[in-house]
Amino acid sequence: MIAFLVQRISHALLVMFVISLISFAIQDSLGDPLREMVGQSVSQEERDALREELGLNDPFLVQYWRFATHALQGDLGDSYFYKEPALSVISQHLPATLELVICAALIIILLSIPIGVYAAIKPRSPLSKAFMGVSIVGISIPVFLTAIVLIQLFSIGVTVHWFPQETGWGAWLNDFFSTDGGMPSYGRGESLVHLFGSWDTNFLTLNGLNHLILPAISLASIMLPLFIRLIRAEMLEVLQSDYIRFARAKGLPMGRVYFLHALKNTMLPVITVGGVQIGTMVAYTILTETVFQWPGMGLMFLEAITRSDIPLIVAYLMVVGVIFVVTNTLVDLIYGLVNPTVKLTGKK
Amino acid sequence: MTPSTTTTQVVPTRWQRFRASYLFYSFKRDRVAQISLLIFVALVLAAFSAPLIAPTDPYDLAQIDILNSELPPVWMEGSDPAFLLGTDAQGRDLLSTILYGARVSLLIGFGAVMLQGLLGILFGLLAGYYGGRIDAVLMRIADIQLSFSTLMVAIVVGAIFKATFGNLMFGEVAVLILILIIGIAEWPQIARTVRASVLAEKSKEYVDASRVMGFGSARIMFRHILPNTLSPIFVIATVQIANAIISEAALSFLGLGMPETQPSLGSLIKSGFDYIQSGSWWITLVPGLVLVVLVLVVNLLGDWLRDVMNPRLYKG
Amino acid sequence: MALLEVNHLDVRFALRGGDIQALRDVSFSLDRGERLGIVGESGAGKSVAAFSILNLIAQPGYIAGGDIHFDGQTLSAMSEHQLRQIRGHRISMIFQDPMMTLNPVLSIGEQMVECLRAHRRISHREAREIALDRLKQVQIPSPQKRLDQYPHELSGGMRQRIIIAIALLLDPDIIIADEPTTALDVTIQAEIMALLLELCEQHNVALMLITHDLGVVSQVTQRTLVMYAGRIIEQGPTKEIINDAQHPYTQGLINALPQMADPGQRLNQIRGAMPSLNAIPSGCAFNPRCDFATEHCRHVMPEFVTSGGCQVACHMVREMIEEAQHHA
Repeated sequence: MIAFLVQRISHALLVMFVISLISFAIQDSLGDPLREMVGQSVSQEERDALREELGLNDPFLVQYWRFATHALQGDLGDSYFYKEPALSVISQHLPATLELVICAALIIILLSIPIGVYAAIKPRSPLSKAFMGVSIVGISIPVFLTAIVLIQLFSIGVTVHWFPQETGWGAWLNDFFSTDGGMPSYGRGESLVHLFGSWDTNFLTLNGLNHLILPAISLASIMLPLFIRLIRAEMLEVLQSDYIRFARAKGLPMGRVYFLHALKNTMLPVITVGGVQIGTMVAYTILTETVFQWPGMGLMFLEAITRSDIPLIVAYLMVVGVIFVVTNTLVDLIYGLVNPTVKLTGKK
Repeated sequence: MTPSTTTTQVVPTRWQRFRASYLFYSFKRDRVAQISLLIFVALVLAAFSAPLIAPTDPYDLAQIDILNSELPPVWMEGSDPAFLLGTDAQGRDLLSTILYGARVSLLIGFGAVMLQGLLGILFGLLAGYYGGRIDAVLMRIADIQLSFSTLMVAIVVGAIFKATFGNLMFGEVAVLILILIIGIAEWPQIARTVRASVLAEKSKEYVDASRVMGFGSARIMFRHILPNTLSPIFVIATVQIANAIISEAALSFLGLGMPETQPSLGSLIKSGFDYIQSGSWWITLVPGLVLVVLVLVVNLLGDWLRDVMNPRLYKG
Repeated sequence: MALLEVNHLDVRFALRGGDIQALRDVSFSLDRGERLGIVGESGAGKSVAAFSILNLIAQPGYIAGGDIHFDGQTLSAMSEHQLRQIRGHRISMIFQDPMMTLNPVLSIGEQMVECLRAHRRISHREAREIALDRLKQVQIPSPQKRLDQYPHELSGGMRQRIIIAIALLLDPDIIIADEPTTALDVTIQAEIMALLLELCEQHNVALMLITHDLGVVSQVTQRTLVMYAGRIIEQGPTKEIINDAQHPYTQGLINALPQMADPGQRLNQIRGAMPSLNAIPSGCAFNPRCDFATEHCRHVMPEFVTSGGCQVACHMVREMIEEAQHHA
């Protein structure tokens, strides 16, 4: 267990080192702290003196060392735009993103497992075929487009005149296919509940949940079909195996065969892929938050790019790097706990 | 019977061999694959002949009349029959902008997949064939890049490019830059697949045989191993075209891709999104529908190829 | 009435190009405590026959005809739920490859306890006691420890012992063993076979042993059934079949045994290979490989004839018997 942790943590540190190098290289080549600090009116000599004083003429490695030691103390510089420490800007935006991701992850987990398992157990049933058909369409719709369609349907509303309005059934069908709209599609809403620190939550009021629902569905929309397809494919493969046939030959109830023997083996590769998808999820938060103007880290990052707010961009990359590394390590740990063939000793 | 007919063997032409192949056989039986290919070919042809078939040239300012702005498609009230799919906020014919936009999207999609195929095949062959330290370094890079997700890498690289070049410069070389970004972001997918098949092929006897016969490494890799890894590459590349088109659309939607003066489907959706609250849904949703159909048929073709060729793909 | 009776069993595999017949007209029986060997080359349908008894044939296989009776019940007419009461309880199975048979993510103890508790209303603790007792019977070193281990921590021989222990958990009437030693090291094959034999005798369990190894069959079983291309071609007491095989195919199998060839001489092979199930020749399926095949063999499927204690499906054997009767 300890050896496993040491190995994982050293790997994580290596990745963080690479990320910090890249981040620093971005800062070094793109950011000009002088321009932000002094403006245009200062003479060349004064600039040079200031450069020397700030250590901007030091060798790359010396400057990186300074950057890294500051970063370790939680100092990633001040945002040009917000005029406050970049990390504190991020900590104000982090809760919104986390709540969105948690909600989307819940939707994905609660739906993909039962649907994927059903489609594997009954591959020929019409319902399974419908699920698989919808899921390939789902994979082909980009997140931001799902978001836009959801806004059109449930926020703006759609009135349909496909059927003759004067007949009773036509009016009913028109009504059936029309949507009211009215769902919020902008921001987190007013009725947030303060939890602690910079964390205000959407989860505790109806209005807050209302604001959360469309963005969360959008964010889940592309990952959900992916996981359904993955779980189905893995489960189909597992169901072919000898140990499943042996479990049936032992006379076990089918529920136990499917949901213990088969599902536990199915979930092993799914957990691994899930770890990789966390990264994709963060990328999709940028898109989702842009469409819904959700005040999270993704929207903040995009704004930082358009404002060329280099310290904030760099801080975002570092924080996202930490999130990736931590979650990947956690996923590896969970995998090791579920899979007995991985001894948590560092070797497979 | 003349002597010639008995002695000459009938050598099947490529076309005849293709018609006898299992690929063609299963294609003839699969209605979904047929329709998908038909739609895909139609879209590609229409997009690349956009200058010929588009009703107007959306980049020619002389042909645009601002008074025609936000006209709905012809099946709705208040439409103008001259504009089949309606017009956007500047009064441009939506059908024309979509045709031109699809051309840009497809160009970037194909280009990016070609680039990642090149990088992926090269690095995958190197890693799989030589193993050892080269393999360790290349695959570690691939691992890290994949754990960050390709879209995330593309967004970061796109942001850096944009910050370096500035908006104006970026617009001029946007197509090339996007091909570069998506190609760089996605190479690990193909590299890992190639590496896995190389490892499987390497242990087979014919590779030993060619080595014993004194062929060089490069010749063994490209002439002997590579042809045997083509079917998984082909399957992955198909799916990657869909991914590249989506990535491009996402980048453009975020403002990190094609500028509005030279829009792709993604930038059309982005510029239309501003008008959705005013009721002009078609400006954003019609290009969106075209994008979805394009990606969907490519995905369906990829699914079909995977089922038919059944290659051992790299998982996870 | 026999404990297990299989009558005219037909099994097919539904494939895209149409059905393929994996078993045709297979009939045999098994008495209480009896040991029956089923031999044949791979692909002859031995395993399909074994799995179809408990309706565990892999997709897309299905039972197309015939019936299976067990202890007064008709298995072939049972629902999945009723069959479940029989599986692992009255009839249990041992699979070929112990490395693939146990679930890799569940502990040995869990996999034994769940089987007991699926059929008996007992507590987890009681089930564990029984499991431990069975592990002792299969002579596993430090059995207490094994209960909490996972399959990958054990060797192939050890795993097969555990699978035998699982098969014996509920004192079944029949154990169906599908090539139980094929996947093991040669050195422990005999050990495992001896253990299985001993335990079956001890508990008076009937054994249906599927194997391609005539040597094992001659040592272990009382009766033998020879299959070729989805059909039974010869069956009878093992001794008679080994010493005086009638069917040319069985003779070929016996001559191919290494101990039948003189040291330093080539082994005797049966020429050719078994046809695949979608291209079975007309008439006697063995005719293309048979040295004695006549035009008759190529067109007419042979019926069973009784020769001594054996039943043989061969035209030549029938002619010889008829000739002998004629002379008598």
